[in-house]
Amino acid sequence: MPKVDNSILSKRDQIVSDVEKIVDPKNVLSHIDEIKPYETDALAAYKQVPLMVVLPETVKEVSKILKYCNENKIKVVPRGAGTGLSGGSLPLQDCILLAMGKFNKVLELDFENRCVVTQPCVTNLAITQAVQDKGFYYAPDPSSQIACSIGGNVAENSGGVHSLKYGATTNNLLGIEVVLMDGTITRFGGKAMDAEGYDFLGLMTGSEGLLGVITEVTVKILKTPEVVKAALVGFPTIEDAGNCVAEIIAGGCIPAGMEIMDKALTKATNDYSKAGYPTDAEAMMIVEFDGTEHEVEAYIEKVKKISEKNNSSSLKISKSNEERLKFWAGRKAAFPACGVLAPDYMCMDGSIPRGKLAEVLKEITRLSKKYDLPVANAFHAGDGNLHPLIMFDANNKESLKKCEEFGADILKYCVKVGGALTGEHGVGIEKRELMCEAFNDKDIQQQLTIKVALDPNSLLNPGKVYPILRKCAEEGRVHVHGGKTKFPDIPRF
Amino acid sequence: MSMEEKQNSQTFQDFNQNTFKPNSREEITQIVKNCYKKNIPLEINGLKSKHKIGRNFQSEKTLNLSNYSGIIEYKPEELYIKAKAGTPLKTIINELDKNNQQLAFEPIDFGFLFKGESNLGTIGGVISCNFAGPRRFKVGSARDHLLGFQGLNGKGETIKSGGTVVKNVTGYDLCKLLSGSFGTLSILTELSIKVLPKPEMSKTLIINNPHLKKTIEYLGSALSSSTDPSGGVFYPEYFEKNFIFNDLTHKGALIGIRIEGPTNSVDQRVARLCKELNLLRDEYSILEHEQSSIFWNKTKNLEVFSNSKGNLLRVVVPMSETVNMIQKLKAYDINYFLDWGGSLIWLQIEDLNLKILKEIRDITQKHSGYFTIIKIEEDLKASADIFTIDPIKYKISEKIKKSFDPKRIFNPGKMYSGI
Repeated sequence: MPKVDNSILSKRDQIVSDVEKIVDPKNVLSHIDEIKPYETDALAAYKQVPLMVVLPETVKEVSKILKYCNENKIKVVPRGAGTGLSGGSLPLQDCILLAMGKFNKVLELDFENRCVVTQPCVTNLAITQAVQDKGFYYAPDPSSQIACSIGGNVAENSGGVHSLKYGATTNNLLGIEVVLMDGTITRFGGKAMDAEGYDFLGLMTGSEGLLGVITEVTVKILKTPEVVKAALVGFPTIEDAGNCVAEIIAGGCIPAGMEIMDKALTKATNDYSKAGYPTDAEAMMIVEFDGTEHEVEAYIEKVKKISEKNNSSSLKISKSNEERLKFWAGRKAAFPACGVLAPDYMCMDGSIPRGKLAEVLKEITRLSKKYDLPVANAFHAGDGNLHPLIMFDANNKESLKKCEEFGADILKYCVKVGGALTGEHGVGIEKRELMCEAFNDKDIQQQLTIKVALDPNSLLNPGKVYPILRKCAEEGRVHVHGGKTKFPDIPRF
Repeated sequence: MSMEEKQNSQTFQDFNQNTFKPNSREEITQIVKNCYKKNIPLEINGLKSKHKIGRNFQSEKTLNLSNYSGIIEYKPEELYIKAKAGTPLKTIINELDKNNQQLAFEPIDFGFLFKGESNLGTIGGVISCNFAGPRRFKVGSARDHLLGFQGLNGKGETIKSGGTVVKNVTGYDLCKLLSGSFGTLSILTELSIKVLPKPEMSKTLIINNPHLKKTIEYLGSALSSSTDPSGGVFYPEYFEKNFIFNDLTHKGALIGIRIEGPTNSVDQRVARLCKELNLLRDEYSILEHEQSSIFWNKTKNLEVFSNSKGNLLRVVVPMSETVNMIQKLKAYDINYFLDWGGSLIWLQIEDLNLKILKEIRDITQKHSGYFTIIKIEEDLKASADIFTIDPIKYKISEKIKKSFDPKRIFNPGKMYSGI
């Protein structure tokens, strides 16, 4: 992590008292008992208590805090609901943790323009709940949607199982209000689509809290589909399942969701949730379509034919919504099911071209043997997002180390076959050092110059996403010539 | 002479020309590096389908990318196509057609507007300008379909972002930032674009002779309906001569609402929509597949303004503002049609001057929208703001420009003076 600024630590009391002049003192937490709960997000392996926690209530307060921190060179880590899986809101010892929890109101339901304006710490699911009585919903549905905040979704560009048809957060976002590190309050996008000029809305989305603090979000809402149906298909080999997926897509069907689980996960989830899965199949696919009745029927019929052509060993079509939800029950219980099998598990998040599924799973099986750790695989086949769940024992240091290496090897392989290091969880600190696998020095430097343009002192969420130079250089991937780094004017973080 | 020297000398020789037409990435890199070193501003273009959009600016040399062309990789089952920036859009569309696939955002053919004949331009240009056609409200804009790119920054360094998979949150999303930046931040050299299956069937419900207020009600209901339309457009009566179809029973103003998908479902949804909108049998007609396709091609290509002399503004407002906005605009000598289900106003205006432009800008901003000048008389162009920007965003844009193109050699001033 970035070097701790001891001068900040020594001025702690002064900073607390200064911040108490900006926000209501009851919203400034500095006692260890108060700040301890904020020491980690959902990547719980990493913990750090911040200097203090501030809970602003208005955008003006956010602006004043950032301006104050910028002038006094104090680091700031923004935090939404704290459900991120890559450590994006992990505090720093010398930072103010800016917890946005009080921005929790839905501001406007605008059915005429089919959008919702909301504060950032409203949960993803609450948006759908606010509009569902009128037959609308918000499409991106990350698995943590019951708890994760929409502001956090914007920061991480969160996806969900329906990304192929409906896109991730970035494709469902109309506008944001943002506070930059110097305290500037501005708006990017809005209810009018495709605001002209540089697409700062797109740049901010998925920037993991490094470029600005989101204080308001406008998202588009969609009409709830009339009919949703799913098919549950078993295959004798992973290859058959992979071919079936490719053929469904090439055949002109865009499913709302398409999931594949390997035998290990099928068995584990079936034992756990009694979902009625074909446990003898090497791979199991759930494919779901939504739309009007005839539309869904036409696609399901097509999938049936394609599955049979690809040697499907079993095939069930949901006859009711209850049955459809039962198909998903097992898949949605993948985490707790693995929790039964091993003391701990780590969920990886790589993206791969759909056609490489069999190859990648073969490699994961090889690595599983090499590291002697069991693994179960879930795959959002529609959008190519692979989630291997590596089982290990966190109390055993050797096991944790092996698990981390195993995970890194999987992600490297994802990049190698033309995929990405992270499909939806973000880089954070978890995959920071792996960035050199996906990008070279120049790519990373270009991204860092953007950071510097908006936050010249590198105070906003430093140490996240981009590799710390020393580590990259050690791995021989950042080109350091004659002991001099390129772009000496750019701070390293 | 080594290969590298040979290449340098070749480029160097070319360097005395005013227009570069490189064939390889190496040549492009060499040209940009040279221009960076010598502070030579470049105008970047391809097939010049949209080069009249944007401010006039001073450039010493032109970098024409039309020779840097060709499809690199097309994987129908992975839903992407990767091509060099100068590849004609037409080539890409033809290739996708063979597999019943398409660019779902319906790139606009500006050739009709500027020259009276088709010129779809290049894939690099389409992404750089980020103009999406009628399907925008359903599938997103061009920027939503750029999965990854390779390009050059203003120092001639290779940069890349994204990839070929739809889900990728590794690092900042530069695909979004560069889409719609009109070549002012980076030269896109290779692009990976998301493609989607063509719908099996497309039909268009035409509603006859609606007035404006009713139009917005119809379009609003249609877009909020589970019949899931993929296009919603309104043409006032003065365009009736542009729409002579066998399936059309009436003349006058018309609303077109497109329904696409599997054949069975399209019929079911069209029938449902008519019912939901309470349409009487003589109030509407239905364009079958072929005619529906022609109708939407005409719409996306702005054919009603084909080769017209007038000025054209692209006004975008939230749909709720459209009626009031048009009422106010009627004080001027205008022709218009509505796309994007009523949020996009293609506004042709006669006798334009700076005072009128300012008034329209004020009206648009009051209605939470913005406009871009697409076509304007040359003598007005120099003094008009083609794009609008507020001081805060100007400051941020300036910094971002500097981070990509520190010496301002890429299309300097094309979007904003000083950027």
